[in-house]
Amino acid sequence: MLKIENLTLKKDSRQILEKVNLTVEKGEIYALLGRNGTGKTTLAYAIMGCNDYQPNEGKIIFEGKEITHLSISKRAKLGITLAWQKPAGFEGLTVGEYLRCKNKNANVHSLLSVVGLSSDYLNRTVDDKLSGGERKRIELASVMAMKPKLAILDEIDSGIDAPSLPFIRKTIQKMRADGITVFLISHSEATLNISDRASLIGAGRILKTASPKIVKEFFVKHCKKCSHLYKINWERIKYDF
Amino acid sequence: MISNEFEQLLSIYEKAGGNKDAFSDKGIANLLIHGDKVLNVNDVEGVILKSEQKKDGVIAHLSVGKDVRVKNPIHLCFGILSREGRQEIGVNIFIEDGAEAEVLAHCVFPNAVKVLHKMDANIKIGNDAKFRYQERHYHGEFGGIKVIPNAKVSVGKESIYENIFSLLKGKVGFLDFNYEVNCSGRSITNMIAKIYGKGEDEIRIKEKVNLNGEGARSLIKTRVVLKDKARAEVIGETYGNAPYARGHVDCVEILNGKEALAKAIPIVSVKDEKAKVTHEAAIGSVDKKQMETLMARGLEEEEAIDTIVKGILR
Ligand SMILES: Nc1ncnc2c1ncn2[C@@H]1O[C@H](COP(=O)(O)OP(=O)(O)OP(=O)(O)O)[C@@H](O)[C@H]1O
Ligand SMILES: [Mg+2]
Repeated sequence: MLKIENLTLKKDSRQILEKVNLTVEKGEIYALLGRNGTGKTTLAYAIMGCNDYQPNEGKIIFEGKEITHLSISKRAKLGITLAWQKPAGFEGLTVGEYLRCKNKNANVHSLLSVVGLSSDYLNRTVDDKLSGGERKRIELASVMAMKPKLAILDEIDSGIDAPSLPFIRKTIQKMRADGITVFLISHSEATLNISDRASLIGAGRILKTASPKIVKEFFVKHCKKCSHLYKINWERIKYDF
Repeated sequence: MISNEFEQLLSIYEKAGGNKDAFSDKGIANLLIHGDKVLNVNDVEGVILKSEQKKDGVIAHLSVGKDVRVKNPIHLCFGILSREGRQEIGVNIFIEDGAEAEVLAHCVFPNAVKVLHKMDANIKIGNDAKFRYQERHYHGEFGGIKVIPNAKVSVGKESIYENIFSLLKGKVGFLDFNYEVNCSGRSITNMIAKIYGKGEDEIRIKEKVNLNGEGARSLIKTRVVLKDKARAEVIGETYGNAPYARGHVDCVEILNGKEALAKAIPIVSVKDEKAKVTHEAAIGSVDKKQMETLMARGLEEEEAIDTIVKGILR
C-alpha cells in the first residue's frame, strides 16, 4: 500500500532521514519505534506531505502511484491522514465542527464514544483548554471520521491515562478490522504488541524490520544502551543485519 | 412611509441575525432608530429608555434602576437603509448599583455608498453591577461607510463590564473605534472586538483601560482577519495604576491577502509595583499547523482558511 524508497530529508543541512526504505502492506498495523529525535515524526510529516518536510531525495509511493510531490490535500483525498503527535489547537472551533470539517454527516456521537468521550464534548472548543489526553482522543476520532485508507498515528497513546490505554489500543485494532491500514508510531511496548510488523529507526535510518517482538529485542539490545541518538555505533550493530 | 422603513429595517435586522419580534414584545425594552428618526421605543419596569431628536441624529438615554435585574436583553437597532446618509447617535447609559442588564445593539447599513454612523457613548456602571453591551454591525457590500464609535466607560467597584463588538458581515468601510474604560476596585472588564476586513477596508481600533482600583482586572481581546487590500491598526492600552490590578491585552490579526496590512500596538504600563499587565500579539498568515491539520482531513487550502477564520471570529 505504501512504499518508501531511499527517502532522504535534510533540515538546516543536517540529515534527519537517511535513505529510508520501507513498505507498509494493506490492512496491517505497521509500527515504527525508535528513541527521541530519531526522525519518526519527520517521516510521518514527509508521508503526509507537510510543507517543511519535503524530501531531498527518494520516492513515496501510495497504491502504486508516486505521491512524493503531491500536496497534503491531494494525499488526504487519496486516503492518507495523520494524527499529530502534538495536535493543533483551534480557537473558536468546536469539537463537533472539527469532526465534521470534511464529512458533514459524520456520526460524531459514535466517533466520540469510540475514543471514550461523551457527547458533552461536542460543544467544547478544540483549543488549549482541552487536556492533552482529551485532545489526543479527539485527534483519533477526527482521523476515523475521515474513513482513511492509511492512518498515520504519531504517538496517539502518549498522554492517555493508563486505564484507558487498552481501550485506545482496541480502537486501533478496530480500525484494522475496518480495513484501515495503520502506520503506528509509539514508545509503548503494549501498543507495539498489537502491530503486525515493526521497524526500528535510529539516527534517521531504518535499522531493522521484523515482527514487533524481534524488533523490540533488537532495540533493547542496541539502542537502549546507546547514548548517541544521532550517531550510531555501526561497528557494534552491523553484525545483526 | 415610517411603517415601511420599520418593516424594511426589521427584515434586514432579522437577516443580520436579530430577533425582530423583540421590537413588538412589550416585555423587552427596545429602541429602533432609522437615520434621525425614532421608529419604536419601549421600556420595561426598572428600565428607562428615552430618546430625543437632534440634528442628523438621536440622543438615547438608558438607565437601569438600583438592584434591577433586567430579564431580557435590551434591544437597540440603529440603521440607514438608503445609499447616503448621516447618523449621529449620542448614547447615555447609566446602570445603577446592583443592577444587571444586557444590551444587544444591531447597526444595519445594507446599502451604504456614502454613509456616516457616529456614536458617542457615555456609560456609567455603578457598584456591584453587571453590564454587557453587544454591538453587531451588518454592512452591505459597497464599503461606502464610515463608522466612528467612541465611548467613555466607568466601571464601579466589584462590577462586571463586558463589551463585545463585531463587524463580520459585509464590508467594514472605514472604522475608527475608540473606547476608554476606567475601572474601580475589584471590577472586571472584558473588551472583545472581532472584525473581518475585506476589499479596501480600513480599520482603526483603540481601546484603553485604566485599572484604577485595587484588584481591578481587565482583558482586551481583538481578533481581526484581513483579506484583499484591507488594513488594520489595533492599539490596546492597559494601565495598572493600583495594587493587584491585573490586565491583559491579546491581539490576533490574520492576513489572508498579499496586499493586506496589519499593525498591532500594545501599550502596557504599570504605576504600582503590585500591579501586573501582560500582552500578546500575533500577526501573520493563518497558522500553518492548523492549516495542515485540516488539509490532512481532506480540506482544500481555501476551505481550511475559512474554517480557521470562522472559529477565530466567532
Ligand atoms: N523543522 C525542523 N528544523 C530543524 N530540525 C528539525 C525540524 N524538525 C525536526 N527536526 C529535528 O529532526 C530530528 C528528528 O525529529 P523528530 O521530531 O522526527 O523525532 P522523533 O523521532 O519523532 O522524536 P520523539 O520520539 O521525541 O517524538 C530532531 O533532532 C529534530 O530536532
Ligand atoms: Mg515524534
